[in-house]
Amino acid sequence: MKIAVCIKRVPDTETRIRPGADGTSIDEAGVKFIMNPYDEFAVEEALQRREKAGSGEVVVISLGPDAAQETMRTALAMGADRGVLLQANPIPADGLTVAKALAAELQGGGWDLVLFGKLAVDDYNNQVGPMVAELLGMPCVTSVVKLEIEAGRGLAERETEGGLEVVEFQLPAVLTCDKGLNNPRYPALKGIMAAKKKPIDIKPAQLGPARLMVQSLTPPPERAAGRIVGEGAAAVPELVRLLREEAKVL
Amino acid sequence: MANVLAVTEQKGGSLRKVSLEVVTAARRLADGLGGRVDALVVGAPGVDATSANLGGAGADRVVVATDPSFAHYQADGYAATVAAQVRRGGYAAVVFAATASGRDLAPRVAVRLDVPLAVDVTELGVEAGKVVCTRPVYAGKALQMVRLDATPALVSVRPNTFPVAPGHGGAGAPTTETVAAETAVARVIVKELKAAEQGSLDVAEAPIVVSGGRGMKGPEHFHLIEELAKAFGNAAVGASRAVVDAGWRPHGEQVGQTGKTVSPSLYIAVGISGAIQHLAGMRTAKTIVAINRDKDAPIFKVADYGIVGDAFEVLPALIEAVRKARAG
Ligand SMILES: Cc1cc2nc3c(=O)[nH]c(=O)nc-3n(C[C@H](O)[C@H](O)[C@H](O)COP(=O)(O)OP(=O)(O)OC[C@H]3O[C@@H](n4cnc5c(N)ncnc54)[C@H](O)[C@@H]3O)c2cc1C
Ligand SMILES: Nc1ncnc2c1ncn2[C@@H]1O[C@H](COP(=O)(O)O)[C@@H](O)[C@H]1O
Repeated sequence: MKIAVCIKRVPDTETRIRPGADGTSIDEAGVKFIMNPYDEFAVEEALQRREKAGSGEVVVISLGPDAAQETMRTALAMGADRGVLLQANPIPADGLTVAKALAAELQGGGWDLVLFGKLAVDDYNNQVGPMVAELLGMPCVTSVVKLEIEAGRGLAERETEGGLEVVEFQLPAVLTCDKGLNNPRYPALKGIMAAKKKPIDIKPAQLGPARLMVQSLTPPPERAAGRIVGEGAAAVPELVRLLREEAKVL
Repeated sequence: MANVLAVTEQKGGSLRKVSLEVVTAARRLADGLGGRVDALVVGAPGVDATSANLGGAGADRVVVATDPSFAHYQADGYAATVAAQVRRGGYAAVVFAATASGRDLAPRVAVRLDVPLAVDVTELGVEAGKVVCTRPVYAGKALQMVRLDATPALVSVRPNTFPVAPGHGGAGAPTTETVAAETAVARVIVKELKAAEQGSLDVAEAPIVVSGGRGMKGPEHFHLIEELAKAFGNAAVGASRAVVDAGWRPHGEQVGQTGKTVSPSLYIAVGISGAIQHLAGMRTAKTIVAINRDKDAPIFKVADYGIVGDAFEVLPALIEAVRKARAG
């Protein structure tokens, strides 16, 4: 099993987000960065597939600033074999630009699986995985919550608004991973030590011109201060009145 | 010509409500660009393009593409069909719904047309001939405004954020045209649909969402959440991650950063503390109600109306009151 996993360095979801001086990106001062949480599901899945197959290679690829090497070390500490950093600072907001650079790196790699997270929790672009699949001409299943692979054939469950969809596909394929697929492992001390010696290949990303231009990044409008209607069941009539007369939802 | 294509969604041969929202957003762009709105309906033969009032929402033309393999969303064929229609129609912009299938479809069409895509848009317009959109990013902690410098401009709109404006329709009933579907060999084959409970609304699209958290104490008490949803009539049940992780509720109901993002008219959070990852999924709801016994719970900071109290005391009274209010 030869598996590529695309991982993105993103701000920790607990972090306070403030627009930076340029007005189009965040102020990174004091911000802690992590591996995109959905990408952890992708890394874990790759490791389990390699373990099950008994042999193979898991390669993590990240497009981002030099600091994205730290994100890659986390994946290497979990058990990935090597990394590729496609240098880009900042990471383009245009998902198609990112997808093209990743696809150029992945092209001709002989991958059985190329795994992505469902979405990146910074830009919420929700697109890079299926775009790479299209660019590489590979079949793609998005938002996978369950996966079985047998003799080059995959069976996956994906979540849709109607319920769960069970789909079948042939490898090689691109999958985007959703919560529920597995429980990502924590890197053990031994893994963290081993990760220091694993290779990371560093090269500039091949970026085309961006055509999705960020005009501004602003804090969301404050919600008007709410109010406590009252305590216990006694407050219910007043709440219903407000829902009916003020909010007009009843 | 600066025409706009609205890519609608159908289920079981009938148009889904979100289709009207897509047409509404497309109308807004067409008005800004000075063009017409074509609504594309993709489905199996017999799909009813009149099952929702596309003309009333602003469509000038309805374009229908059918194939027996299109009863259910299927990425390869749908993407080929939409891309072919965009090429045929030479549109200035294409609007999708940011639903499960729309999120899967739009990026594939973007690659086929080699244009960028703005996803999950909550506000859009035209400035100096270019499409500009606002989208929540960083789990709703910031709003990003983007301009699309490519033709066509591809956007997907968040469900429930473009309510149909009455009287926005064109002069007459839209004309209907049939076009050929592009069938492609489906490389991903849908084997089975494990449908959610019959008739239940999806939390991401329901106009009202009633969510329960760990404060509900156990799965056996969620009938109270279900009853309140039922009392409203048009509400879906949601849940916090804590109760999904505990196995009390299915993941499909989870609201938040690792669950669904919802923008209903009314969101009721019962026994939910209001962690930042939960807020990420529901802070754009129009009205938020919180019921929690801890007056310092963070959920009260975003709630328009709060009741401090025990869910097991407040819910029965609220169910009763909503039933009465709705009965007249
Ligand atoms: C990477 C990451 C992603 C996450 N994604 C999500 C996500 O998508 N969605 C999500 O919801 N969470 C998510 N979380 C988890 C989140 O941080 C919280 O842990 C979770 O939302 C808490 O759920 P809760 O509010 O139900 O439980 P709690 O925080 O335990 O709150 C229970 C609340 O119920 C109240 N209560 C107790 N008894 C009663 C009673 N009888 N009547 C009324 N009120 C009562 C309490 O006062 C308390 O406020 C994520 C966390 C991480 C780290
Ligand atoms: N800069 C990046 N480097 C590596 N992988 C990325 C990058 N951006 C996005 N991805 C991958 O694409 C997925 C979806 O991201 P997005 O489309 O930005 O929401 C992520 O979960 C990653 O797997």
